[in-house]
Amino acid sequence: MRTLLPGLLAGALALAAAAHAQSDDIAVSLAWTRAVGATAPTAVGYLTLRNSGSNPDRLISAETPAARAVEIHEQRREEGVMRMRPLPDGVSVPPGETVTLGPGGTHLMLVGPTRALARGERVSLTLHFERAGQVHVELSVEAAGTRQPAHAGH
Amino acid sequence: MLRWIRRAAWGLVAVLGFLVLAISVGWFVTDGPLADRPVATGPASLPIGGPFRLTDHRGRAVTEADFRGRPMTVFFGFTQCPDVCPTTLGDMTALIEALGPEADRLHWLFVSVDWERDTPETLAGYLEAYDRRIVGLSGTEAHVAAAARAFRVYYRRVPLKDGGYTMDHSASVFLLDLAGRFAGTIDHQESHAVALEKLRSLLTSR
Repeated sequence: MRTLLPGLLAGALALAAAAHAQSDDIAVSLAWTRAVGATAPTAVGYLTLRNSGSNPDRLISAETPAARAVEIHEQRREEGVMRMRPLPDGVSVPPGETVTLGPGGTHLMLVGPTRALARGERVSLTLHFERAGQVHVELSVEAAGTRQPAHAGH
Repeated sequence: MLRWIRRAAWGLVAVLGFLVLAISVGWFVTDGPLADRPVATGPASLPIGGPFRLTDHRGRAVTEADFRGRPMTVFFGFTQCPDVCPTTLGDMTALIEALGPEADRLHWLFVSVDWERDTPETLAGYLEAYDRRIVGLSGTEAHVAAAARAFRVYYRRVPLKDGGYTMDHSASVFLLDLAGRFAGTIDHQESHAVALEKLRSLLTSR
């Protein structure tokens, strides 16, 4: 029992770390993507970024072994027309604020997925922040085209 | 003083006279004898959903005639669209599941406005993740333009700094009845329940 408890604790901590990647001031949660076929030209990445520090930060780029490139896009709807544009300056995360990249808004576009993404698996992704540097996260793969992750709110 | 009151009284008469005249003229041209004849304003009278000539994601040449006999849902998008188009295709898949066997009594079409990159093979790969009843359609620049015109769909190719491009496009899902007449739209901001109700009423319409 004496040896089991620290082991369990370490395991729990590791799990918590995997679910909520943290790099001092920047915490990433609700990281998810949607299932795509092997020859789909694009996939998506959604995340929630929380800046608990006192300095502004900025998500400037990202990469994943599961896609040729990752771009940061904004999505706007104007008078019934959908317009998607790259955000060359990335996503600003002001101090004390939470920024959500989600369906119908700012998102990561995974350009040229290198394989099929199947529901239930996990995809590793590295985020680069101006101040916080590299943050590794795992995207959980949800059903194709779903509007929210299965475990939203947890 | 008296002259002043007289002037104010005449002013009042002028204002009232103008009001009476404006109201009667207004009545004449809106509801009265000079009004436009009432026209049918139901969705079926709107000229949305005309002829098209495209290729499906299995490489088969198709026209609107291939999709007669069943009501259809149609929306326009492109495959280099990671966010909005998958959301709509995901909504369609969820609606197909909710309708059960009834979903087979509808046609489900996804028309690409990206004539250059979206070949039938690209569409097939993109649609693999969704319900197999959704049919992808693509075509030449001219054929896509004709299809978009038939549905009054706006789309535009937007060059990007890196040399690539993206597409702007109308967001709505169009509903046509079994005679190919326009029967309304589903907006992607509407709830699943509302969309389902619209499809059920489309299935019972004659």
